Amino acid sequence: MNWDVLLLPETLALYAEGLVTTLWLLAGSLFFGGALSLLLALALTSRVAALRWLAGAYTYCIRGTPLLIQIFLIYYGIAQLEWIQARWDAVWPWTMFKDAFFCALLALALNNAAYTAEMLAGAMRETAPGELEAAQAMGMSRWQIQRRIVLPSALRRTLPAYGNEVVMMLHSTSLASTVPALIDLTAAASRIYADFFLPFEAFLFAAAIYLCITFMLVGVFKALEWRFLGHLRPRSH
Amino acid sequence: MDGHVLSVLSGAQLTLTVSLASLGVAIALGLLGAAAKLSQRRPLVALAGAYTTLVRGVPELILLLLVYYGGTIGLILLLERLGLEAEVNIDPFMAGVLTLGFIYGAFMTETFRGAMLAIPKGQAEAAWAFGMSPARTFFRITLPQMVRYALPGFTNNWLVLIKATALVSLIGLHDVTFHAMQAGAATREPFYFLLLAAAVFLAYTTVSLWALRALSRRYALGSTQVSL
Amino acid sequence: MKLKLFALLLALVSSFAVAQNPAVSPSPPPPAAQPAQAQNWPVLRVAVDATYKPFTYKTPAGQLTGFDVHIAQALCNEMRRRCVFVEQVWDGMIPGLLARKYDVIISSMSITDERRRVVDFTDKYYSTPSGIVVRTGTPFTGPASLRGMRIGVLKGSTQERFAMSQLRPAGAIIVPYDAQNQVYLDIQAGRLDGTVADRVEVTAGFLNRPEGRAFGFVGPELRDRRYFGDGMGIALRKGRDELRTELNNAIRAIRANGVYDRIARLYFDFDIYGD
Repeated sequence: MNWDVLLLPETLALYAEGLVTTLWLLAGSLFFGGALSLLLALALTSRVAALRWLAGAYTYCIRGTPLLIQIFLIYYGIAQLEWIQARWDAVWPWTMFKDAFFCALLALALNNAAYTAEMLAGAMRETAPGELEAAQAMGMSRWQIQRRIVLPSALRRTLPAYGNEVVMMLHSTSLASTVPALIDLTAAASRIYADFFLPFEAFLFAAAIYLCITFMLVGVFKALEWRFLGHLRPRSH
Repeated sequence: MDGHVLSVLSGAQLTLTVSLASLGVAIALGLLGAAAKLSQRRPLVALAGAYTTLVRGVPELILLLLVYYGGTIGLILLLERLGLEAEVNIDPFMAGVLTLGFIYGAFMTETFRGAMLAIPKGQAEAAWAFGMSPARTFFRITLPQMVRYALPGFTNNWLVLIKATALVSLIGLHDVTFHAMQAGAATREPFYFLLLAAAVFLAYTTVSLWALRALSRRYALGSTQVSL
Repeated sequence: MKLKLFALLLALVSSFAVAQNPAVSPSPPPPAAQPAQAQNWPVLRVAVDATYKPFTYKTPAGQLTGFDVHIAQALCNEMRRRCVFVEQVWDGMIPGLLARKYDVIISSMSITDERRRVVDFTDKYYSTPSGIVVRTGTPFTGPASLRGMRIGVLKGSTQERFAMSQLRPAGAIIVPYDAQNQVYLDIQAGRLDGTVADRVEVTAGFLNRPEGRAFGFVGPELRDRRYFGDGMGIALRKGRDELRTELNNAIRAIRANGVYDRIARLYFDFDIYGD
């Protein structure tokens, strides 16, 4: 095993570039996906049947197809459409589709939004009926109820599952390596493997980095659960 | 054009094969892992714990590339160390099935462990009082009851597994995704072929959900369900 | 509800598939079937990357064909071996060979000194130069003319090495892809300004097709030995000299008995062997 190649400055620089891209993809997809998921969750639990149906169809399609195909569809598939090609040189926002990073980020964010929305909607549906009745008795409007009663407790209930989803997202960013011109951590490892014919060294190093980040994320969520779900902790008295 | 569509559909068959084969490996590893974690023997628990932590901490793609590119070389080196001279070859199919089975075995371990813990202890104690051997207890008492508790997690894992098989296209296995990309690039119309591939996956997930829901209804017979 | 939605989706997608006009160009037939006694011959596993028209590609019906595939079949017949084709992505060609997934690579692989360090090659079985392809009318006086342009190349190819060594320092942006036909997808989409590719492959796979009409070669034919080596040969693992001799003899045989020329004429109207 030739581990020295990993200590070359060019190799480390490539891995660093990959790590930075991975982290940006993760942060971006969680941010935009999270925002979208909130809207989707409200639509999924809305009283308007059309909204429920539309949001339901969206999550059904995204959760029923692989992320890899979604990435390919957004990067290669959309680029094929003449309607897009006519506009993406000059018209914003279509110009962004030319960029590899944007395409990967969009696919990851849309994917994240679908899964998180379903989780959030499920948690919202589990709100204790008594709380809802009390809020209605107090004369709160529907929006006030959402904002003050339903969402805060639903967000708390989603925390464990959301922590899982964040780790899944980190792993999903490795699929961004399939988009050409994008160097994420996995693509960096593949490049080192191809250049030096050292599969173990290249991929084990990347795996170790992913493992570290995963542990950090799990730690963060344990802390968040300790803070926000403290009332569910087993009591000693 | 027709030929390309046919090749995508033939890939659909391979996708299903890879999924089912990986499921088999995953169930086997899941049962072993759950048994290890519940065995209360420190080394087994630690081993199973390392297994699940490692697998859930590393992306599937990295594990897949590691097994495919490194696996054959690794096996050959291992065999040489042991003094055996064999022509081993890990082809993409085996690499895919072993990797996916290995990964989802870890998820199944957690699912099965939770399910086994959910069975009231009294059942196993009664079986022991009747003089049933551990193996008999497992197959006649634990397993049937475990199915009901495990089904939600199992369904979830299966759905994630089917979609993960799309990754094998990246190591050159001619599944639905591979053919869709090839056909799309050759005809310069990736959009349609990728949609077709997506439709195939949607079909698989829909049928799976329907079948597994029917199964969970059947296994829920006799238990009281809470309605809100 | 989900079932209805799904049925709708399926109908939508199949309508796309049906509505396409098949633009089928006549392609040479797949290699002749092996003679009956081939079942008893020892197997030779041959790796190909089927995204490289006209050397290795698939007919619309999904059959492997191309100059390389035909030559491989002819060599196998000559050596009394049964060819079994294994498809592999270009980037994984040599690693796969070293990992013993197959015995030889017959997929337009250039004989370069760099590759000679890890594998052995037979004599060449053809030789074509490479070229830079960009939009026709782009002024070109040297690598510096490509400053700022996005050039797509195949990962792990000699063209990638050339581009990284000669064009990248002059300011071009080199983007490696997993398959050459994905490069053409992105040129057509406008994400790339050009490519560096084998002249014959890019002519058949891109320039002669509607989407490649506005593009053409610039600069000289690229034959620099440092990057492009000495023609295309068959790669095999080091130390297998017996197989190498067999293959070399077979190459000489088919060149002598006219089989090579017959196959070449199916694809090219010029001398593909080169000098």
